[in-house]
Amino acid sequence: MSRARTVACLLVLATLALASPAQAAEFKWAGQGEAQSLDPHATTEFQTMALIGNMYEPLVRRDKDLKLEPALAESWEVVSPTLWRFKLRKGVAFHDGAPFTADDVLATLERTRTPGADAKTKVQSIADIKKIDDHTIEVTTRRPTPILLSEISDWFMMSKAWCAKNDAMSVADVRKGAENYATRNANGTGPFKLVSREPDVRTVLEANSKWWDKPQHNVTRATYMPISNSATRMAALLSGEIDFAQPVPTQDINRLKADSNIKVVQSTEARVIFLGFDHKRDELLYGSVKDKNPFKDARVRKAFNQAVDVNAIVSKIMDGAAAARGSLIVRQMKGFAADLDQRPPLDPAAAKKLLAEAGYPDGFSVTLDCPNDRYVNDEAVCVAVAAMLGRIGVKVNVAAISKTKYFGKTLSRDTSFFLLGWGANTVDAHNPLAIVLGTPTPDGNGQWNMGAYSNPKLDEMTAQIRDEIDETKRNALIHKAFKLVIDDYAIIPLFEPALVWATRKNVKLDQRADERFELRSVVKN
Amino acid sequence: MVGVFLRRLAQSILVVLIVALIAFCLFQFVGDPVHNMLGQDATPQQQAELRQRLGLDQPTIVQFARFIANFAQGDLGLSYRMGRPVSQLIAERLPATIELSLVSGLFAVVFGIWMGVAAAVAPDSPLSRLYMTISLVGTSLPPFFVGILLIIVFAVTLGWLPSFGRGEVVQIGFWSTGLLTLSGLKALILPSITLGLFQLTLIMRLVRSQMLEVLRSDYIKFARARGLPEPIVNYRHALKNTLVPIITITGLQLGSIIAFSIITETVFQWPGMGLLFIQAVGFADIPIIASYLLLVSMLFVGINLACDLLYHYVDPRLLDRTVAAASR
Repeated sequence: MSRARTVACLLVLATLALASPAQAAEFKWAGQGEAQSLDPHATTEFQTMALIGNMYEPLVRRDKDLKLEPALAESWEVVSPTLWRFKLRKGVAFHDGAPFTADDVLATLERTRTPGADAKTKVQSIADIKKIDDHTIEVTTRRPTPILLSEISDWFMMSKAWCAKNDAMSVADVRKGAENYATRNANGTGPFKLVSREPDVRTVLEANSKWWDKPQHNVTRATYMPISNSATRMAALLSGEIDFAQPVPTQDINRLKADSNIKVVQSTEARVIFLGFDHKRDELLYGSVKDKNPFKDARVRKAFNQAVDVNAIVSKIMDGAAAARGSLIVRQMKGFAADLDQRPPLDPAAAKKLLAEAGYPDGFSVTLDCPNDRYVNDEAVCVAVAAMLGRIGVKVNVAAISKTKYFGKTLSRDTSFFLLGWGANTVDAHNPLAIVLGTPTPDGNGQWNMGAYSNPKLDEMTAQIRDEIDETKRNALIHKAFKLVIDDYAIIPLFEPALVWATRKNVKLDQRADERFELRSVVKN
Repeated sequence: MVGVFLRRLAQSILVVLIVALIAFCLFQFVGDPVHNMLGQDATPQQQAELRQRLGLDQPTIVQFARFIANFAQGDLGLSYRMGRPVSQLIAERLPATIELSLVSGLFAVVFGIWMGVAAAVAPDSPLSRLYMTISLVGTSLPPFFVGILLIIVFAVTLGWLPSFGRGEVVQIGFWSTGLLTLSGLKALILPSITLGLFQLTLIMRLVRSQMLEVLRSDYIKFARARGLPEPIVNYRHALKNTLVPIITITGLQLGSIIAFSIITETVFQWPGMGLLFIQAVGFADIPIIASYLLLVSMLFVGINLACDLLYHYVDPRLLDRTVAAASR
């Protein structure tokens, strides 16, 4: 081969290599449900937040491992335990071309506090925001808030001018009977712009060529189509009508893996499914025991923990796709340590002995409240638990009902024994400690503590964790707190549910453990 | 006649109101939409506020009275799930459901009559046997199964037709139609077959049995004896005399096609009223559920009212009897 030809060949190859990453792609995906609104402050529902997150951005965002990273805020410093200073990114523009400045942050805060805005939980720690200059703000918190960044990682910034122009300075109130311009239009700073939207049919987005960040994706146009029926969603993926489907039912995993056109993307969700007891009543509400509540006795709770074979549930019911957990803390949370994941050994004989010691040699009967449409295979898990507890003489009646009924019943603490899944939106251990395990108080502490578990020592530690700014000290406290919960057998932790998505072979994307899909991670060849 | 009409109308309104009341009482069992709406981080105070804003803290009868009062003024309320007016949502979805229902009704009538006639003319031919087998399948297989089966064959394996959705639609005024684009027409095929299959078998069996009767009558024998071609005998002379009951059944079935398209719409993610309703149930979106149930009951009551009046028109003896009863 002559030298000239070699050079020519190399040149051609080089051009090809250079051309390939810039290849434009059209991407279509389907999920189970539809975003309720495009208003970033109207709701905190996860499907809605996921779709909106492609168009709007927070000051601080999460990466694919749920770690916090700068987004619209370039950097920040903690001036004092209740004062944070944020430097805003310069040169950021909204989709309509207006520059992003401190005024927009202030207007967004005001908007998030209007009556119809459910997102106000995200700014509950913030007392006030002061503008220093166009690209510097100072945030005052009500009390020391070590997790401020986590709390605002889903707090999306809107343009003050756009909201004012379109009469959308407050969030639409469902009671007033009027919708708001922002429920169907979007103007964020994010990697994608809204092209058109027909709710429940399709939402079309196109790449924002003026995005401040360097795009990792190669999507030029993306279409979201909700397909509620799982079988239809899988059919659409198999036939190539869509590039990506979420979620995938566990029973379909193996069939999809066998298909050479399909790639299964799989991990576990940052959420723990567990069983809880009624710790409060003096008499078992739903069961055979009278004048006594067996769950007040730690021996009974330990016996239950030792009788439930979590590994069998994971392998048989969840098809091996879930991961057994020993507590409510997940590995993405700060303060997690491997010893918090150890479960008491499975030992039905010892469990039976403990029950006899506690005064129930013949066991007792109790009703297990269970949702049947909230978590993957939720009812099947409850039925399996009932069979396992049957081996130590406890007769469990499974009462499985729809989630819309279930949460009304259990949240009013009308239960003796229940199944719940918990994932913290803040990805911080303080959330389960306060909300799921803290003593219920009228201000929202222990709101999801359906069994009214109350441990003053734990409450004290939780309060310290809330305010402790020093990370090392805080992590040690978290570890100690969860140890306390484990040693008290306060709950029966089960597993992290499977997170299963599927794409066509030519698609690469990141799977976040909080179930959120982000278009900015998609590469389609 | 006017008196009969007014009396029937009053009865119909009463029926609609009773249906609405029963539906409203059932909402006690649908569950609480507030948890769905606010998410897990909301405080009890926020939940109580929302419950109060929505009026959910008031007794059922008060909620019902308010709903009916608003409904009478044409205000169906705002969807809890989407924060948009229910009337607007239903108006957006209505074209999809109506088009699907009409096309599947048409499919059922055309093929039902054709197959029914064929099966009656030559009852022992292999083709008739095939038609009878199809009709057995149509009556015994549930629609969601038929739908999934069609999707697997025609969308996944053969790749000819889309597995979900409505394709491209064209907006004509307030009406969105899928009948004017190729992808819209292709998207209609599988859902129409799924929805219409049961009606098809019904019509086919009806036509067949009626035809078998008519074909035995003397005037058909005379027609044959006159040497008229077979298609003219079958379709012009015989079929005509079987059509009255078929028209009645078809008319009545159209109402149920519209009302019961829920399953087909769910399987094919067809953006019609049925899908809207089923999603509302999962969310306890009471304004949508209530409006849908009320509209469907009005549809049925309306069809029944029309039928009643038609009977009086067709058979004046009925009218005499009711008038006589009223004047007594």
